[in-house]
Amino acid sequence: MTLEKTPPTPPTPPTPPTASAAAAAPSAAPPPQSAAALARARRRASAVRFWRRYRTHRGGLFGLAGLSLIALMALFAPLLVGSDVQSVTAAPGTALEAPSARFPLGTDQFGRSLLSLLVWGSRVSLTVGLLAAGLSVAIGTLVGIVAGHYGGWFATVIMRVTDWFLVMPTLVLAIVLATVMSRSIWTVILAIGVTSWPTTARLVRAQTIAVESRPYIERARALGGGHRHVMTRHVLPNVMPLVLAQTTLGISAAILTEATLAFLGLGDPIIVSWGGMLQDAREAGAVSSGHWWYLAPPGIAIAFVALAFTLCGRAVESVLNPKLGVSR
Amino acid sequence: MSALLEIRDLRVTYGFGPSAVPAVRGLDLTLESGSKLGIAGESGCGKSTLALALLRLLPPTATLSGQILLDGEDVLAMKWGRLRAVRWAGASIVFQGAMHSLNAVHRVGDQIAEPVLLHGHATPAAARRRAAGLLEQVGLSAARVDAYPHELSGGQRQRVMIAMALACGPRLIVADEPTTALDVMIQAQILRLIEQLVADQDISLLMISHDLAVLADTCDRLAVMYAGRVVEEGPARAVYDAALHPYGRALSAAFPRIGDPASRRAPRGLPGDPPDPSALPSGCTFHPRCPVALDLCAEQDQALRDAAPGRRAACVRIDAPVPAEPLS
Repeated sequence: MTLEKTPPTPPTPPTPPTASAAAAAPSAAPPPQSAAALARARRRASAVRFWRRYRTHRGGLFGLAGLSLIALMALFAPLLVGSDVQSVTAAPGTALEAPSARFPLGTDQFGRSLLSLLVWGSRVSLTVGLLAAGLSVAIGTLVGIVAGHYGGWFATVIMRVTDWFLVMPTLVLAIVLATVMSRSIWTVILAIGVTSWPTTARLVRAQTIAVESRPYIERARALGGGHRHVMTRHVLPNVMPLVLAQTTLGISAAILTEATLAFLGLGDPIIVSWGGMLQDAREAGAVSSGHWWYLAPPGIAIAFVALAFTLCGRAVESVLNPKLGVSR
Repeated sequence: MSALLEIRDLRVTYGFGPSAVPAVRGLDLTLESGSKLGIAGESGCGKSTLALALLRLLPPTATLSGQILLDGEDVLAMKWGRLRAVRWAGASIVFQGAMHSLNAVHRVGDQIAEPVLLHGHATPAAARRRAAGLLEQVGLSAARVDAYPHELSGGQRQRVMIAMALACGPRLIVADEPTTALDVMIQAQILRLIEQLVADQDISLLMISHDLAVLADTCDRLAVMYAGRVVEEGPARAVYDAALHPYGRALSAAFPRIGDPASRRAPRGLPGDPPDPSALPSGCTFHPRCPVALDLCAEQDQALRDAAPGRRAACVRIDAPVPAEPLS
């Protein structure tokens, strides 16, 4: 929905007029400053400016808090729950225990603590989500900018290929890829990455064409700038807000797809992931026997992470591009 | 004095085959080094096409023929790499509509430094210092390098565009309606600024405008274009005060003169519209609107001919000058 709102108007620069004082501060420094120091000072100033604007979005703060929580949890999982939670042979409990003081979420059919598995599973979800979305958006942006910039038969061919990927059912394609390639987390990342880029490519191409018709592109060409200069210096920064929004939304989608693939049994069976836990729960008969503590937490965790990323994405989007009119 | 820019029989056609539209039809112009030439004409007479053709910035649908000799080198025959080097370093452009010719997502200092970095072998820090120096030259504070375009007023942005045009020390500046969308006070300031910079740095100026009064005030020589051709050329004051071609006369009569009550009480325009370039009238293209047309004009095309020392005009009546009381 957010994306449909993207208007073909020029993206507003990231600085609010009120922050110009902050921006001017480093520039007041004497000229004989090294370029690296200048760049560093300016990067710091723009980060401060970004944060000042970001923290006015309450949803974004919630999302960020949730994300930090999960990220910390994933990062320190070995310390929190120990790195042998996945071990089937050294399982601490008996099979399918109900929640208790020792196992707050009960145990799975091998006697492993479900809470520990849940904490451990966040590592896979975040890794796959970030990498797959990054891959997908990188491909989509590259294809979109190149197609939008060059135009002509070259763009037609590229976009027909994109269309072909677009009409392919993503999940089926991902399933096929995950099946024919070796079973590993990288396969899942690759499968999600190469199947979900066409939407980004189409969006970025449309925005590229809109940007390319602006007079400053003509100016850039008059300056003597070549294709690469125009694409990287002028088009890319202008499609960046769109790309960023697409990335955060893509992370949610990638996490969901990863869960789906794992649920369908196409993930790496050795690695514990939230989708894989759902699959295990179904196989263990948690649905029919009413073991909600087995079934619900991974599902809620997936929804929570996806929501957190979406909230952050929308806040980032509205900071970088206030014209989108994303509400707080 | 040698000719810095020599245009010989330049023709620009948009489109191909039967739907081809000639925008410039055989144009000859010479610009002496260090002098200022104004090009006047109605909308659609090919002024801006000419400006873009000078650096081969026209879209691929445009076909160019003839010669554009910049410093003795034919722009139309240049290789791509050489063309990119000549763009901005040999001749730069002040575009119309500074509002849109600046990229909203880059700081103006970076945009001024952009051509320096593209052409020169300056370090980023040196380019930045140059940008600050250029801003001071055009009457802005050097601290403005850190401003975004939206933080500047229209006049300030046009000053930035001028600073950018000076960045690579070009020998020729093409100003394509540099004062459109500015109020008259700012217009005057910008014109004075251009005049002063051009005089100080010994740069040649090709100024394009529909405002004959502005051109007469700024330039040494004046060329009046009609339907893709020059119909009159001569010293600016002479052309403005006493045009030889009826179109030039109509154009200068359209501006009321200060201190001349007669012109104020009877402002004169020129009835009719400029001809559709895809369906030009036969003979002299101006004859349907010409108040002093002869029968001959509908059949015979009029070439530019010497009318007086240093003056040329394309009118059948040049040999027998029209009475001084024409037009009403």
